[in-house]
Amino acid sequence: MKEFTPAPDSASIVSVTDRVKPVALGMGVTAVHFLGDRAAFVGGEENVAFVDGQGEISTVAVHSGGILSTASDGKRLVMGGDDGKVVSLDAKGAVTLLATDPKRRWIDAVALHPDGAYAWSAGKTAFVKSGKQEEKSIDVPSTVGGLAFAPKGLRLAIAHYNGATLWFPNMAASAEFLPWAGSHLGVTFSPDNKFLVTTMHESALHGWRLADNRHMRMTGYPGRVRSMSWSAGGKALATSGADTVILWPFASKDGPMGKEPAMLAPLQARVSVVACHPKNDIFAAGYSDGTVLMVRLEDGAEILVRRNGTPPMAALAWNAKGTLLAFADENGDGGLLEL
Amino acid sequence: MSEATSQKIPVTVLTGYLGAGKTTLLNRILSENHGKKYAVIVNEFGEIGIDNDLIIGADEEVFEMNNGCICCTVRGDLVRILDGLMKRKGKFDAIIVETTGLADPAPVAQTFFVDEDVQKNARLDAVVTVADAKWLSDRLKDAPEAKNQIAFADVIVLNKTDLVTKPELAEVEARIRGINPYAKLHRTERCSVALADVLDRGAFDLDRILDIEPDFLKADDHDHDHDHDHHGHDHHHHDHGHGLKHYHDEDMQSLSLKSDKPLDPNVFMPWLQNLVQVEGGKILRSKGILAFHDDDDRYVFQGVHMMLEGNHQRKWKDGEPRESRLVFIGRELPQDLIRQGFESCIVS
Repeated sequence: MKEFTPAPDSASIVSVTDRVKPVALGMGVTAVHFLGDRAAFVGGEENVAFVDGQGEISTVAVHSGGILSTASDGKRLVMGGDDGKVVSLDAKGAVTLLATDPKRRWIDAVALHPDGAYAWSAGKTAFVKSGKQEEKSIDVPSTVGGLAFAPKGLRLAIAHYNGATLWFPNMAASAEFLPWAGSHLGVTFSPDNKFLVTTMHESALHGWRLADNRHMRMTGYPGRVRSMSWSAGGKALATSGADTVILWPFASKDGPMGKEPAMLAPLQARVSVVACHPKNDIFAAGYSDGTVLMVRLEDGAEILVRRNGTPPMAALAWNAKGTLLAFADENGDGGLLEL
Repeated sequence: MSEATSQKIPVTVLTGYLGAGKTTLLNRILSENHGKKYAVIVNEFGEIGIDNDLIIGADEEVFEMNNGCICCTVRGDLVRILDGLMKRKGKFDAIIVETTGLADPAPVAQTFFVDEDVQKNARLDAVVTVADAKWLSDRLKDAPEAKNQIAFADVIVLNKTDLVTKPELAEVEARIRGINPYAKLHRTERCSVALADVLDRGAFDLDRILDIEPDFLKADDHDHDHDHDHHGHDHHHHDHGHGLKHYHDEDMQSLSLKSDKPLDPNVFMPWLQNLVQVEGGKILRSKGILAFHDDDDRYVFQGVHMMLEGNHQRKWKDGEPRESRLVFIGRELPQDLIRQGFESCIVS
């Protein structure tokens, strides 16, 4: 772990703030993903801004309105907008229109499968398009809160009111419903395909072990969880929503059932966004006061990446190799850190 | 909600029974030359000609919060839409939510009390109810939704007054007052009401709770609806004012409590909390201006069902009578119980 070297037992925190390349995006930012070695900062509306290693910014128009949802596999970025469109953006900056809602409804959620299939939702309907196959759709009982593809097979999880629906678009069998009262918003599969976790409108996560649909209640957050990230290998799920990063253990077959989460990187501010390193047991966390920290899972050792004193951090991502960290606050003041 | 209120986007909720004229009022608001941009959230079925750039279809999806309040439902679709709209901050000045004719306004209002993100960005300005002068009396008999909408309103636009006779108008007004004497009432034809009378009312802004008086006592002349802001005048409370017909609605009433002796906050606060916990299902709206023992500040509160918010508002002015006033509007209110409870809070 060469790139992560906190001082052995320092009283003051190690800082790499002087190594950050500042990026002034000049637009509200809601997400960032790496496409190749360029960071693609997603604006609140209309544009995506590519930033390369030199800090050069080039802007691409993707939607004619608000950008509501994003997903990326590192090769392309799929987005849904309030213009009723699903578009993709590749690493070269080429924009492709993937779908248009005939009623111009908002595209509330999108998801991307490792094999290139993509999904989106408008209202109560989730759609999947896989390769050359016809577009397929399913209606759920209430508006879709979030979408996620399972890591294996073409299986889509759809979060909605009072639970989540698991759907195999290519199978005739009816979709499976996992009930749990309340409004489910975000959704993610564990990388080993054994667990499904949703973020709820209430300050809690809910999980199901897919082998037997046993429930996992993950509560105690002071605020709503808006950001989740699986650690390298899926051993832990790092989450925002508290004044520490809450990491739920998923290494054993029981997941977090009956276990306490780890609480790392406490600050006097709410964690707003988390992103785990793709290879090492490190995560980055952005806070409501603008702080960005890098933290080692093992012992909670911290490195300061960005100081506080700005609007909340809104976007945080690693590139696939784990050599670059990109971040931006709500107002589009961001940075790139090369490790 | 009153903190940094000015930066928050005001949200006006437009309710009213089917056919009362909600869409007419909405179009009037949008077409008037006010230089403001509105984002409009409408229910999906009302796709009738509304000319506006930012118009979003909602599904009126409510869900129950898991926080132990049995009646705490919120509008999840509204949370989602407001979240999406905030990505386009700066593109609009205010939001109007039009509900279906059958909607209960409570989940809309509760969304603004419960949801952290909604509270951060937006504030509920007022619930405006459009009522049909010709048919409202009938609807109050057969449609509980219509009664809810009247009881919940901060502003009532009594529309289609040209279709009724004077006595009929007096009759329907009296019925409205029997349920909700506190809302501002405007008589209109084709919803022609001054925009200032329906927008930017600050009805849920604790800082703007000036007095709590039945609306018909405020106007000098009933044929005009002057808006008198009574800053700290002393009002004499008439129970049956100005020769208006007086109706008591059988199941929906308002209850007004008053004391010129100070209240003990250590008794009052737990009593009020407990009251809304136990009886919150029946209490649609509550509001109060309170004079506490040994406290030079006015305390104000307001509530929707089980949700309450309150704060010290300002110093009592010199010569301003330190009176406490509370109002509850609700269904089958346990009036004696509430009265007794209130009296036990008075410092003797």
